[in-house]
Amino acid sequence: MTANALTGIIDYGVGNLRSVQSAVERVGGIPLITSDPAQLLDCPRLILPGVGAFGHGMAELEARGLSAVVHQAVAAGTPLLGICLGMQMLTTRSFEFGDTPGLGLTAGTVTRLERSDGGERLRLPHVAWKPLRRVSGVLDWFFDGIGDDDRFYFIHSFAVQNAKVGVAALADHDGLAFAAVMTHGNVIGTQFHPEKSGPAGLKLLSNFVSKGR
Amino acid sequence: MRLIARLDIKNEHVIKGIHLEGLRKVGDPNRLAKAYYEQGIDEIVFMDAVASLYDRNNLYHIIEAACRDVFVPIAVGGGLRTVEDVSKALGAGADKVVINTGAFRNIHMIEEIARKFGSQCLVGSIEAKKRDGTWKAYVDNGREPTDRDVISWANELERAGVGEILLTSVDQEGTGRGFDVDLIEQMNVAISRPLIVSGGYGKQAHLDALLSRTRPSAIAFASVLHYERATVDDLRQAARAYQE
Repeated sequence: MTANALTGIIDYGVGNLRSVQSAVERVGGIPLITSDPAQLLDCPRLILPGVGAFGHGMAELEARGLSAVVHQAVAAGTPLLGICLGMQMLTTRSFEFGDTPGLGLTAGTVTRLERSDGGERLRLPHVAWKPLRRVSGVLDWFFDGIGDDDRFYFIHSFAVQNAKVGVAALADHDGLAFAAVMTHGNVIGTQFHPEKSGPAGLKLLSNFVSKGR
Repeated sequence: MRLIARLDIKNEHVIKGIHLEGLRKVGDPNRLAKAYYEQGIDEIVFMDAVASLYDRNNLYHIIEAACRDVFVPIAVGGGLRTVEDVSKALGAGADKVVINTGAFRNIHMIEEIARKFGSQCLVGSIEAKKRDGTWKAYVDNGREPTDRDVISWANELERAGVGEILLTSVDQEGTGRGFDVDLIEQMNVAISRPLIVSGGYGKQAHLDALLSRTRPSAIAFASVLHYERATVDDLRQAARAYQE
């Protein structure tokens, strides 16, 4: 295994890092869980994991000086994969408990999963395995080997529902569509947990570790 | 619909009883979890069946090992009494914790866990048994009755911040005689969180009887998988007609 398989997992005190670590290992990557800026900036690719509340996540990232590190790494061309809350934090802002700015690395804002027509209330959190509706031609290398029937594990109450650009795949909760994958340049975010989505999720991580450069 | 494998564990062994009692060994937890993962299960729940007797959960090393082989959500329950216990379970790699007795003793613990770790990792567990025509919540793995009506207790758990409810019918559990459809239907209407149901599956007709009336978010299976009466794929085929 070469140093090129090194995958930095950004530790900002939020989320199940062990799962991401095991999954990266399983697909041949070398996971490095750290909050050290220098170590993170040395990694050829980075993963921003996360669960829980947006405001808390951003505050923890800031408190460790890591939002500047993420910006610096992305500006230098390092591939970055945000997972779940990590994906949401890549966007411009969230309206979960007020209005909190995000990292602004992809388009979109994060809002509660609600029908705008006032129809039947959705059961939240949305906890389900769903297939993806891909935007044709976007992130082909990332989705290599993924079939139309492959399903991915979602657990969330908020989502990006309004992005005009940068959507690579959609999924839905009871007919309400939201962004399942967002991208901009060398940045990718998945609303679902690839590390918890069985062989299909591992395939995505494998593509990210082996092709993301 | 999510299909969950439920592994009740006593002294390092997966066990299975009837009405959560009369426990019989059926295998090694990590070997079974891996086998169900390879069959395509959507989620694994490990429950420490005797933890509430000792007030502690003994499954941390099983969770740690499972995380190396199983890449679907892993939940753990039984004997989690404090925020510290929960922190330890999540640190071992669990995605979710399942809490019954601990919540009953101290509902503020649920609020604190939700605030600290998020509702997505918190499953409120309700063990229901019918008494005098209504369903009451039981604690200590179905052994101890409480006076709480299961529906009002579920609503209280929701308000405190659980992300999902796991409803076990103690009356049907391990019997293979079908789900408690009346109970499940009432609960599914009464709560606004995803409902996981557990207890009673014996044959495909039971799935039809349930899903033609109400659609829970997930169904937990134990005996049918442990005794290899069906594979995960068989169960998925049977549930497919009712997929959302």
